[in-house]
Amino acid sequence: MNNVFVICEMDEGKVADVSLELLTKGRTLANTLNCKLEAIVLGHKLKGVETQIFPFGADVVHIGDDPRLDPYTTLPHAAIVNGVFGELKPQIGLLGATTMGRDLGPRVSSALVSGLTADCTALEIGDHEDKKAGKVYKNLLYQIRPAFGGNIVATIINPDCRPQMATVREGVMKKEIYDPNYKGVVRLIDVNAYLKDEHLVVKVIERHMEKSRVNIKNSSIIVSGGYGMGSKENFQVLYDLAEVIGAEVGASRAAVDAGYADHDRQVGQTGITVRPKLYIACGISGQIQHTAGMEESSMVIAINNDPGAPINKIADYVITGDVMEIIPKMIKYYKKNSK
Amino acid sequence: MGLKIIVLAKQVPDTRNVGKDAMKADGTVNRAALPAIFNPEDLNALEQALRLKEKYKGTTITLLTMGPGRAADIIREGLFRGADDGYLLTDRAFAGSDTLATSYALACAIRKIKSFDLIIAGRQAIDGDTAQVGPQVAEKLNLPQVTYAEEVLKAEKGKIQIKRRLERGVETVESPLPCVITVNSSAAPCRPRAAKLLMKYKHARTMSERQTQAEDYIDMSADRPYLNIQEWSVNDVETDSKWLGLSGSPTKVKTIENVVFQAKESKVLTSSDKDIEELIKELIVNHTIG
Ligand SMILES: Cc1cc2nc3c(=O)[nH]c(=O)nc-3n(C[C@H](O)[C@H](O)[C@H](O)COP(=O)(O)OP(=O)(O)OC[C@H]3O[C@@H](n4cnc5c(N)ncnc54)[C@H](O)[C@@H]3O)c2cc1C
Ligand SMILES: Nc1ncnc2c1ncn2[C@@H]1O[C@H](COP(=O)(O)O)[C@@H](O)[C@H]1O
Repeated sequence: MNNVFVICEMDEGKVADVSLELLTKGRTLANTLNCKLEAIVLGHKLKGVETQIFPFGADVVHIGDDPRLDPYTTLPHAAIVNGVFGELKPQIGLLGATTMGRDLGPRVSSALVSGLTADCTALEIGDHEDKKAGKVYKNLLYQIRPAFGGNIVATIINPDCRPQMATVREGVMKKEIYDPNYKGVVRLIDVNAYLKDEHLVVKVIERHMEKSRVNIKNSSIIVSGGYGMGSKENFQVLYDLAEVIGAEVGASRAAVDAGYADHDRQVGQTGITVRPKLYIACGISGQIQHTAGMEESSMVIAINNDPGAPINKIADYVITGDVMEIIPKMIKYYKKNSK
Repeated sequence: MGLKIIVLAKQVPDTRNVGKDAMKADGTVNRAALPAIFNPEDLNALEQALRLKEKYKGTTITLLTMGPGRAADIIREGLFRGADDGYLLTDRAFAGSDTLATSYALACAIRKIKSFDLIIAGRQAIDGDTAQVGPQVAEKLNLPQVTYAEEVLKAEKGKIQIKRRLERGVETVESPLPCVITVNSSAAPCRPRAAKLLMKYKHARTMSERQTQAEDYIDMSADRPYLNIQEWSVNDVETDSKWLGLSGSPTKVKTIENVVFQAKESKVLTSSDKDIEELIKELIVNHTIG
């Protein structure tokens, strides 16, 4: 008992990436704690879903399959998770920091009085000594997250309450198959045991979901533009460069706020975390909230007309000058030198 | 038919202007060192309430905020924009609360306010970015919740329709009243202060504030009860102290670190044709691009 649980989320019939990323992290935590990794999936028409989850190292997959669980609404999902958590007493419960996870997590943590840390950027296992109470806690979950607009990094712990719950944004953890042949057991949740009429009072009347058009998270090269690009029109040179070198276009929040790029391209603490092979930051100052989402890039090129821009400190190559002069040159010399 | 609306609003340190002394040694926020503002998404929440007040005659808006004495500013700011009254929940016993202890205290205060049809909160507060208090208040009061609200479409016959903004789309949901909703920054911005209301409520004060006014201050609240901002301490609401403040907070801050950049060794180039071409060639040769 007292295992690590991941609440999985479905995305168009597939287990969402963020859930697979959490399973990968959960497996590592379970190995450190010498316990099992369990997954919970709630929804409808979930037949065979466990085959997507086992390779990430889940020992048990709890499946709640019922038409009343799709589309997601808070109360039915919370009732089931509360019930399952209440019986199986996990030591750790992880959710994606998605609109679903951030709706469900607090509801569950309040019902179980368990404490929840939102938007963690790292999860580790460690000990804690409470000097005042003269108590030592072993193997706690360190929930590490930026706070205060990213100006500090805080390590949060829940010494006494279980489960220790945390949400993590998509793209923050790495997704890695643990063993393609890994086999766990399926446990079907008796939905009727938990679901009462009173949980069904909120109704979804209408729903319009768009497929995400951009996929910067999985791109190995990202050309990212900031407020220094100056206009939406100027952003076009970034698309041109991305096109010739096979990259996706990202953006800083200031660029998104100014309308130069769409929100789903935003990189950073409140956007997407990326770790490409190459990140080209164009007209981006490099505030901590931005770099939090790209500092693990293997290589960073910073193009900025301010030689003192903070982004230069984490860049492998610093090009000092005007983006609108430099990027067309990059396109030109790429075309000239590549076959 | 009028609605009784409670808006949850928080005074937050302006995290866009954080200085060195922002954190205390125990890991809690040193609010005194920072400018304090009305949490931005709570203004979006207030605007949704104000729109309902315009639409449904007889609707009243009550603000509820928990914080130090100076958080009375939040109530005044709300009154200037069209709220009807407000409560400041303030006591040392609430200090150091995490989201769970905060939502417990707020839920206890809401139980004391007693009659309401709708509770509107902001999605999240910029000091913590947690987005937990709204759903947790809902859970504590055993009410349905609707998060990520962008627009309240209607609230009639005991039901409310709300448009939600999700990561990749929109959704319209219907919930029975009473319920708790949390409002996104993508919702309509809050209207500015109304000059008339500013005049009317300029002298609104809590009891503690009245006691610390300069000598020439003339207290008019006896004739004008609307100038009295209700102040509640822990003794005014029914609570169990084990759920309050630091002791009622399951999450603890173990350590905090200031963020420092690790400077890398970088190659500095100019925008000259020669530098750019060299760089591109290097990237092609080592298979970074191409
Ligand atoms: C809670 C919170 C969360 C946040 N989350 C994010 C997030 O997820 N992602 C994010 O990006 N930001 C985020 N921010 C905002 C962040 O703090 C910065 O404001 C933002 O990243 C700045 O964007 P920028 O670098 O494009 O703009 P600026 O800071 O305005 O920088 C523009 C840069 O362009 C350079 N420049 C100007 N003209 C030229 C030119 N012609 N050629 C070359 N260079 C030029 C300038 O020297 C400057 O360095 C967040 C902030 C807060 C408070
Ligand atoms: N101390 C407080 N007083 C009143 N409302 C609060 C308080 N803390 C949080 N809230 C409400 O809960 C929302 C979410 O806060 P948080 O969970 O801290 O991000 C805020 O936007 C407010 O509407």
